[in-house]
Amino acid sequence: MSLLYALMASVIVASAVYMILSRNLVRLLLGMSMLSTGVNIVLFLAGTHLSPQPPLIEEGERILGPSADPLPQALILTAIVIGFALTLVLATLTLRAWRAERTLNTGEMRAAGDLGDPRLPGKREG
Amino acid sequence: MYGLVLIFPVIAPLLGAGLAAILRNRPLAQRTVMEISVIVMALASLLLFLRVRGGYELIMAFGGWVRPIAISFRADALGGTLSLVTGLIGIAGMIYARADVAARRRRAGFDSLFLALLAAVNGAFLTGDLFNLYVWFELMLVCALGLITLDRRKAQIDGAVRYAVLSMLGATFILTGIAFVVAEAGTLELHDLRHTLAERELTLSLATGGALLLAGFALKAGLFPLHFWLPASYHTAPLTASAVFAGLLTKAGLYACLRVMVTLFGVELLPGFPPVLGIVAALTMLVFAVSALAQQDLRRLFAFHIIAQVGYMAMGLSIATMAGLQAAIFYMVHSIIVQTNLFFAAGAIARADGSFDLRTAGGIARSQPLLAGMVAVPMLSLAGIPPFSGFWAKFIVIRAGFEEGMIGLPLAALLAGLLTIVSMGSVWANGFWKSRAAGRIARPVPTAMFWAIATLSGATVLIGLFPGFLWEVAGYAAYALAMGGTR
Repeated sequence: MSLLYALMASVIVASAVYMILSRNLVRLLLGMSMLSTGVNIVLFLAGTHLSPQPPLIEEGERILGPSADPLPQALILTAIVIGFALTLVLATLTLRAWRAERTLNTGEMRAAGDLGDPRLPGKREG
Repeated sequence: MYGLVLIFPVIAPLLGAGLAAILRNRPLAQRTVMEISVIVMALASLLLFLRVRGGYELIMAFGGWVRPIAISFRADALGGTLSLVTGLIGIAGMIYARADVAARRRRAGFDSLFLALLAAVNGAFLTGDLFNLYVWFELMLVCALGLITLDRRKAQIDGAVRYAVLSMLGATFILTGIAFVVAEAGTLELHDLRHTLAERELTLSLATGGALLLAGFALKAGLFPLHFWLPASYHTAPLTASAVFAGLLTKAGLYACLRVMVTLFGVELLPGFPPVLGIVAALTMLVFAVSALAQQDLRRLFAFHIIAQVGYMAMGLSIATMAGLQAAIFYMVHSIIVQTNLFFAAGAIARADGSFDLRTAGGIARSQPLLAGMVAVPMLSLAGIPPFSGFWAKFIVIRAGFEEGMIGLPLAALLAGLLTIVSMGSVWANGFWKSRAAGRIARPVPTAMFWAIATLSGATVLIGLFPGFLWEVAGYAAYALAMGGTR
């Protein structure tokens, strides 16, 4: 079972890296989103899988019997939320970049590189 | 009571950020909320620092759980000191913003983002949990992206995209590293990790996790092969934001490197880590001290110096002794204050000259001698000229290297220091001594800018005159770091 998850995570991460290496900003955005999914699966695998029981203390008992490890699940939940928020931020930036530059090719976005480039003549700004 | 002091440096700016967001269309009210929150935050940090500077520790577990299970906040001498410096930067930024941030930028959300950024930095310094540390870094990233794109200029959006993508990759490394650490130790509370791992044999998965965490946090710190986001974005942001990034963000990354590496592997680290870190540190110092020489735009020039200076702190970690850690912590405090001040100075020079370009700048020493004197302090300090803080910081980190019998690394640090002097000399000659081009007049620099620079220059001079105090605090901080806190 672990092997299946590990293979799945590696395939997802590999596809994500391929997408991220693209110069197209939208592909990059999708790649980043996939990458966080892949890592979440790795995080899931990090827990010990002793038992499928939920980690709840039975009625009348004082201690927790054998159960699934709740820590990685809490971590994944948080990581999913954070990954979602960051994907949204990146999507907003992508939209802004498209509106400002009328291109999605990161190779053609030169505005930040040109600002204050020592090879270009100096110009006054406000 | 002290639990409140412990969380106030985070809670106060977060509440302020929310309130400022509600008051979105009222710039003046926003500014008032921001200034009150920053002052409360700085006072709480000061109280916290006074409580923990002698090696004490404050702990607070949230949610009524017992400690290793609950998410905990923990302030030791290291976190308390850095939180105090964050408070100082917050106050200086608040003063500078009065001149630099107009109503338009406040309507765009400057105050909320600025406060949330400070909260995130304080959270990273005060948290006692590895995953929580990661969450604070993500909050820092989101706030930083908002601040960079405040004016929605082309260059800003372009810079923010580059910053976002690389930082998110770094965060992915951190998250994967956390997965490995959880699998190995079963806990994420830093204190608990230190004690669990100290009794265990080292395993491959723990070393892998450590390497991933180091890569992630080194990216946030801007160390050499992972630095590309920094020079691509910092020069595009509004000046107050750039200055606060310059001081706090890279140093928070380095703080996380120190904390995580020492927690996982002890002060001596793993046999493989110090040489790699040493090479990274040497290359960071040298490559960026040289790159800075080629720059003509003040913001870019100082951005390259940020990276070069982080190299010195990484050198302290790579020495892997208590003296090295103590030196790195001392260097961090000095560097946060000086880097922020230099960006403030760049903004003031641009205000007087009309441009950030050194080729068209000139004549500030004659037209605004008082400002020139104030700006000289961080420049001389960065160059490592006694009696300013930079001299002591460089001196102790290089001494710690020689004491361990290293030759190459301290020599690289000395060479990089020499190049920094050359670079600062060129800035001084071009911006301050060179006579102003014919037909150009010096414009007045707002008083708020002057006072922000004066505050930080004052701090630099104080550290320079009384380095013993900070040295002692750094000693307690290094001890707290090595022990993982007093039990």
